[in-house]
Amino acid sequence: MVVQSNSRSVAHIYPAWKAILVILLCVIGFVYALPNIYPEDPAIQVSSVKGDALGDREKEVVQNALTQAGFQVKSVTLDNGQVLIRFNDTETQLKAQDVLKSGLGRSFTVALNLAPSTPAWLQNIGGRPAPLGLDLRGGVHFLFDVDMDTAVASYYQRHLTDIKRLLRNEEIRYQEVAQVGDVFTITLREGQEGSLNKLRTLINKNFPDLTLIDDAGLVTHWQLSKTAVAEFKKFTVQQNVTTLRNRVNELGVAEPLIQQQGERRIVVQLPGVQDSARAKEILGATATLEFRLVDEKGDVQAAIAGRVPSGDKLYSTRDGRQLLLKNDVIVAGDSVTDAKSGLDSQNGSPMVSVNLDEAGGRKMLETTKANVGNRMAVVFIESRVETKTVNGEVVKTRVTTQDVINAAVIRDQFSSRFQITGLDTVHEARNLALLLRAGALSAPMEIVEERTIGPSLGAENIEKGILSIVMGFIAVLVFMAWRYRLFGMYANVALLMNVFIIMALLSALQATLTLPGIAGIVLTMGMAVDANVLINERVREELRNGHTTFAAIQAGYDKAFWTIADSHVTQLLAALLLFAFGSGPIKGFAVTLTIGVITSMFTALMVSRLLVHWTYADKKVSRLSV
Amino acid sequence: MFGIKLYDTNFRFMHYQKMWMWVSAVVTAVCIAGIAIKGFNFGIDFTGGLTVEVAYQHPVELEPLREKLTKAGFDQAVVQHFGSTHDVLIRTVAQKDVSAKTMTDNMVGVLALPDNSLTIKRTEFVGPQVGDELASNGLLALLAAFIIITVYVSLRYEIRFALGAILGVVHDAVIVSGLFAWFGWLVDLSVLAALLAVIGYSINDTIVVFDRVRENFRTQRGYSPVEVMDSALNQTLSRTTMTSFVTLLVVVVLFMTGGEALHLFSLAMIIGIVAGTYSSIYVASSLSLALGITQDDLVRKDKGKDRAAIDEDLKNDFLQKEAARGVK
Repeated sequence: MVVQSNSRSVAHIYPAWKAILVILLCVIGFVYALPNIYPEDPAIQVSSVKGDALGDREKEVVQNALTQAGFQVKSVTLDNGQVLIRFNDTETQLKAQDVLKSGLGRSFTVALNLAPSTPAWLQNIGGRPAPLGLDLRGGVHFLFDVDMDTAVASYYQRHLTDIKRLLRNEEIRYQEVAQVGDVFTITLREGQEGSLNKLRTLINKNFPDLTLIDDAGLVTHWQLSKTAVAEFKKFTVQQNVTTLRNRVNELGVAEPLIQQQGERRIVVQLPGVQDSARAKEILGATATLEFRLVDEKGDVQAAIAGRVPSGDKLYSTRDGRQLLLKNDVIVAGDSVTDAKSGLDSQNGSPMVSVNLDEAGGRKMLETTKANVGNRMAVVFIESRVETKTVNGEVVKTRVTTQDVINAAVIRDQFSSRFQITGLDTVHEARNLALLLRAGALSAPMEIVEERTIGPSLGAENIEKGILSIVMGFIAVLVFMAWRYRLFGMYANVALLMNVFIIMALLSALQATLTLPGIAGIVLTMGMAVDANVLINERVREELRNGHTTFAAIQAGYDKAFWTIADSHVTQLLAALLLFAFGSGPIKGFAVTLTIGVITSMFTALMVSRLLVHWTYADKKVSRLSV
Repeated sequence: MFGIKLYDTNFRFMHYQKMWMWVSAVVTAVCIAGIAIKGFNFGIDFTGGLTVEVAYQHPVELEPLREKLTKAGFDQAVVQHFGSTHDVLIRTVAQKDVSAKTMTDNMVGVLALPDNSLTIKRTEFVGPQVGDELASNGLLALLAAFIIITVYVSLRYEIRFALGAILGVVHDAVIVSGLFAWFGWLVDLSVLAALLAVIGYSINDTIVVFDRVRENFRTQRGYSPVEVMDSALNQTLSRTTMTSFVTLLVVVVLFMTGGEALHLFSLAMIIGIVAGTYSSIYVASSLSLALGITQDDLVRKDKGKDRAAIDEDLKNDFLQKEAARGVK
């Protein structure tokens, strides 16, 4: 049978705009999948502890340090305010890390990293490889649970104390202020009826989150608003997230993930970290604060040499300067009720406003009255338990680090509310406020999940996993080509495009690729194969039913379309639900499945059809190679 | 394929449906019994606990290690070689009131052997409450997926098809779970992922068959539902065999070369794909027939027209399409 097709109908079936769109999408998919095939360089990432951007000066310092030590370096670049040093091998990388750590001091974080060697032209158009999960690259995963009950209880307690103080200060005599859950009950003494109005105005003014819910004369019930409690919970978790982030910085990990999960959980993932014990020790440290006076008369140089004046102690700041502080602690961290960063209303420079409790305020007033013009320092004390093996025995020692995080001149006397000004950047102000709060109201945390995957196991997983998938894939390609000949080859092109586009989308979304994620891709490949098999079997069937070649192609694709659409949409719905309800590994599976289902439908229906169309549309053929 | 003609076959699948439905029912019952009697050998992902994988420099005997662990209070620890005699995998349930850190430290202390240095390849600690959450979240996700699939298939096809499809999927999930229970194979996260993939595969397979059944109900007149079902199954047989074969090919390669991490995953997938292919025919299709699916159920869905009008429409539609294609 001879097929004649007029060009009008061919253009109608596969119009040029559609062909261009399909080709464009394929090219884009291919280009953005490319970064994943470039290997990663062992690298070191140097960044500032304070979070400032590093510049050419620091780059030069790093470069000099490395040249002096005689290391072979592939390249030293500035990247997002960090200095990135690439090496040819892991051994040099590890040695160089030790040298840089001791050479640069504690104001820099020196982290090991694997830097993708994506070529510049790909980087310029935003090409990045998809990040690998811990199961594929090794590292430590922690899940912290924030003890919200304790935190909320202390939040209520603080309100209770504040209400009592307010009543005392305003001379409203009360019999009792009690709290059950989020309801506060204020019972005034007999004969205080006249103060009721004043009480209401005062509470409304000072505690906008409290609403009067029940008014029975001298006894009033106030409820703390749900939004205030929810806000507090959010704040608490955020606070803990930031504290963890600071400690992770201390660990020196490149690309750590610290993220809130659900209402009260925090995930910490540290790729490449092998020593989970040390990581746990640093993350689980407890922090306190002390406000101390600076001994302005003391001789710092003499103290460094060993002659510390009596009543003083020598401290160092985080950027390595030395300071002599008085031994008497003015106020400790537990007196700090709040610390917020902001901008000075007078000159617009960054500042931190600090609130102390009543006792702390009194002590502060006494001290500042007598010391206007002197400096006051904030000392940050972090203590953790460190485990070391000495002579085969496990020794646990408590390690305490004490750093001066700020020293500022006392301009005037103040008590429970004051501001620390003269900070360099908004970032520094925020950090200081965070550290001040860290000593006070952060909620206790507990590790509820911990996974450590050795880097060798990660490499083994990826090697075996990827290798077996590649082998399986090749087997499929060979089989398809043998069974469906030319149509099989076209199906193979579609399958390959499918893999490219999945990788491109994963890279673009920066979705982490994990082992369950690979499982999702395998299932997707199964579906993509199925779609192509469906089409080709249908075309064969139409040919057997006596249709002409051209009609068989049309009918094959048309009739297979709804079958493929139905099965893919069902799969997509299931994948989306898994994504919504599932956690961790189930989510990883759902992400690749969702992406894969969409791309598989596109490639099977569009890509292979375009190829078939090009081959047969304008030719008179009596046989199809299917 | 391989000299076997898979098109124009005329197997009377539904002729044997009674027998196969009994077989399915018995197998399903045996699997449910396995789950009920033996229960699952759950990994720590679900129960909470500690897994440690260590590599020793020299091969190690497991018995001395077990004794040492029992003495140290890990009396429920499972100790086994993992891949080679150098590698040991220890799994144990969470101890009460012992933190993740102390438990890991204690365990590593016990595992240290004189003259045989070890490296820790992997440690996993899951708190009991996290495990519970994963199990309940996973179940919730599955349940939601089942409901949405039922709704979608009911809308696109027919409620009896949807019920058949869901029971087919449940059948496959039960068989995979049942075999894991009877043989005491470890059920961890990767098996859960495989189970999800099996459900996806089975649904896909069933939909393809149903799609053809619907098409045949609309185009073939004067045949009984059993005959229509049989013709659809025969027409899709070639595709069913191809797809199952190709997918099995990939999973078997994974099973053989994917390493320990993919072992249980691919095992569950292999069982699931075989069950999924079978269940599309003898569970999903049989059940929707048994539930009384008829031609009218599917054909009347077309805009409420009467039968003759629909036939006319189909004919015109076909002629128009043929004309538009420029076929002479």
